[in-house]
Amino acid sequence: MADRARIAHLLRRATFGPTAEEVDDAERAGYDATVRRLVEAAGTAADAPVFAAPAVADRQQANQERRAQVTATIEWWLDRMVAAEDQLAEKMVFFWHGHWATSAQKVKTASLMLGQLKTFREYGRGEFTAFVTRMVRDPALILWLDGQKNTVKAPNENLARELMELFTLGIGSYTEDDVKAGARALTGWTVDRRAGTVRFAPRRHDKGTKTVLGRTAAFDADSLAALVAREPAGAAFLARRFWFRFASGEPIADDVLARLENAFAARRDVDDLLRALFTDEAFAGTHGHLVKQPVEWAVGALRQLGIRPSRLTDQQRKQLVNGLGGLDQVPLRPPSVGGWPAGAAWLTTSSLQARVRLAELLADRAAPAVLERLKAAPTAGRPDALARLLVVDAWTDRTRAVLAGAAGKPERLLQLGLISPEYTVH
Amino acid sequence: MDALTRRRFLLASGVVGAGALAAGATAYTLADLFDTAGDRPADAGTLVLVTLYGGNDGLNTVVPYADASYQDARPGIAYDAGEVLRLDDATGLNPGLKGFQRLFTDGRLAIVRGVGYPKPDRSHFRSMDIWQTADPVRPGTTGWLGRWLDTAGGDPRLAVSFEPALPPLLAGANSAGAAVPTGARRQVKGVTGLGLPAAGEPPLQARAARCFADLERVEAMITQVRDAQPEDPDDDDSATGTGGRTDLAAQLDLVAQCVEAGVATRAFSVSLGGFDTHADEKQLQEILLAKVDKAVTGFVDRMAGRPVTVVVYSEFGRRVRANAGDGTDHGTASNVFVLGTGVRGGLHGEQPSLTDLDDGDLKHTVDFRDVYAGLLTDVLAADPAEVLGGWTGRLSLTGS
Repeated sequence: MADRARIAHLLRRATFGPTAEEVDDAERAGYDATVRRLVEAAGTAADAPVFAAPAVADRQQANQERRAQVTATIEWWLDRMVAAEDQLAEKMVFFWHGHWATSAQKVKTASLMLGQLKTFREYGRGEFTAFVTRMVRDPALILWLDGQKNTVKAPNENLARELMELFTLGIGSYTEDDVKAGARALTGWTVDRRAGTVRFAPRRHDKGTKTVLGRTAAFDADSLAALVAREPAGAAFLARRFWFRFASGEPIADDVLARLENAFAARRDVDDLLRALFTDEAFAGTHGHLVKQPVEWAVGALRQLGIRPSRLTDQQRKQLVNGLGGLDQVPLRPPSVGGWPAGAAWLTTSSLQARVRLAELLADRAAPAVLERLKAAPTAGRPDALARLLVVDAWTDRTRAVLAGAAGKPERLLQLGLISPEYTVH
Repeated sequence: MDALTRRRFLLASGVVGAGALAAGATAYTLADLFDTAGDRPADAGTLVLVTLYGGNDGLNTVVPYADASYQDARPGIAYDAGEVLRLDDATGLNPGLKGFQRLFTDGRLAIVRGVGYPKPDRSHFRSMDIWQTADPVRPGTTGWLGRWLDTAGGDPRLAVSFEPALPPLLAGANSAGAAVPTGARRQVKGVTGLGLPAAGEPPLQARAARCFADLERVEAMITQVRDAQPEDPDDDDSATGTGGRTDLAAQLDLVAQCVEAGVATRAFSVSLGGFDTHADEKQLQEILLAKVDKAVTGFVDRMAGRPVTVVVYSEFGRRVRANAGDGTDHGTASNVFVLGTGVRGGLHGEQPSLTDLDDGDLKHTVDFRDVYAGLLTDVLAADPAEVLGGWTGRLSLTGS
């Protein structure tokens, strides 16, 4: 694989879609230095919006206000995905959002969703135990999985089950008894929606001894989180999830899995896993193995076309979010706790229609400089200029023929590039 | 609820995409479609499945108005004998269902009471998954009509949804039905070339290309169906309008046009959302049911004399006892409506007791797979055991 192609592949996966200039820079720095830059970037504090709790006097009005706040949060996050300098940090927030998949549909309160994103940002990198410990007391997650209904008198297994099945261990690495005992350990937490805080109510907590994953103790939320986060089976589970979202929808090979598992297990550090994944020899061979999730597709296009959601008109921003709705992926609204679909799920005739429309909207808003760059190329060279702009390695003859037919119209060319099979898959 | 459920459904449809991927990349042409229209036996049945998302309150739809415990359990929202549209001395329909009452009298409406499944799940998603996959124990990624499609050859045009995303209902193991949004009426032009196969491209990229060919095929089918309709100057129906509407009447209008044009499709899936009536239920549900009544009755009348069977269901009923907000919370067993020419009209199944309850909920008296098995046999002429994992029960509601 040519160096530029290898680096472009890395940036397509580790960011929301690189610009041509970002690939140029990375090519000059070299592959390993680029991985280091991505993983070790300092990150920037998120300038998140702050919302007052809606007035409770009129229920309908309060609900409306709540919905408006959630929408504002979605728009804010989309803008941040586009603008964030530390792209891997933002991509990881999105990854964890799909992993601990919590929906504003049930949580309803924007400030709680923002709080969860902040936890992803601050704890989602580095040591995994600290992260899991924070997550089991995350108010949005607790509301989403009925943790506030989990009491010594009436245990609710929802959170404990998903903690083991979807967040840390995976099916097969725990038993139903572990779930039951885990639920008892998590009893006693309540959420104050208005204040956006969790509170531990000792009288609702089950203080008895529990046996979880072969260990017996008077587990509570912290000690349970530490136990599951350190469980050996978790390393392979996380390695598989990272592989699935950053590398390939194909099953991971045993030797690759072993390498990633070992890299993570040493310190149980998320960054170690990322570094091992991006530098593994198998990673370079995964080009074309992933369908861009709609958010990845749209945010990448926004970046490459020089569009900031925050600078669109209200109407256009609404069209953008609606367009993502048509593609069935609106941030903060995952379909279920299982997270977003993957692969060919995104490739239906219905979603293609939505993609065509959204691509037209984006192409029409492209920054003048981007259009100028396309126009600067001679007509015959415009498909290649488009490939550079959209960081597509190469067009097939099929697509090149379609692009050549539209080369005289730069906006049309952009739209076709964005809907092309080569751009849809990466 | 509605949008969320749709996204949830895409999840399942994707898994199918992976299977469809292996099926190759043959593009159909318009000519192919009309060839199949000719092949279709004149008496071949068509199934139209109407999904009411949100959990329609069955007890306030088919009302056991004469049962004192019904009135006692729902002081704020019960219908009395004077309000219901009487079917008999014990049972009446919601006042919103005037057309259904007429069809019942005509013998074209079968009402199956107490339909459910063992160990009911009160999550919308889980329960809808169970209804669509016909697997109450471990709802997987294939729907019962998707599995039927597998057995029927796998042409996506045999099973069509007019919902924005493909419901798992139509997702098979090796094939998938076609999702045709009614709102998106604008043709996508000049992209046909992107649907051509390219040598050596990764399989997912080939699949993305194939979507262009699929889209063209589906659009051609819909356009042809519309063009086949005689121009009616008095028709200001919005279905050909500028788009965005996915209401039940518009969806059923498209189905009717497809049936009249004789396309190959044997199963249609349409839907209406909004039935999650936790509060202030009575008026809201009446409005929704009136919508269902108008759309479905109009469709059944238009299809009179044709072998078209309409089935209306929801993922669960609601609790027997009203909650403090004059609404009802998620419940269990409910009614299934089966309508059309050739339907054995009347009340079927046993009305579940309102006092012998399972944790406050009705106990089901008819397994939903019995209903499916009857439809598979009578309408689609298929072997139910093959589609329903060996299920042997069957409730026959159509035919003699």
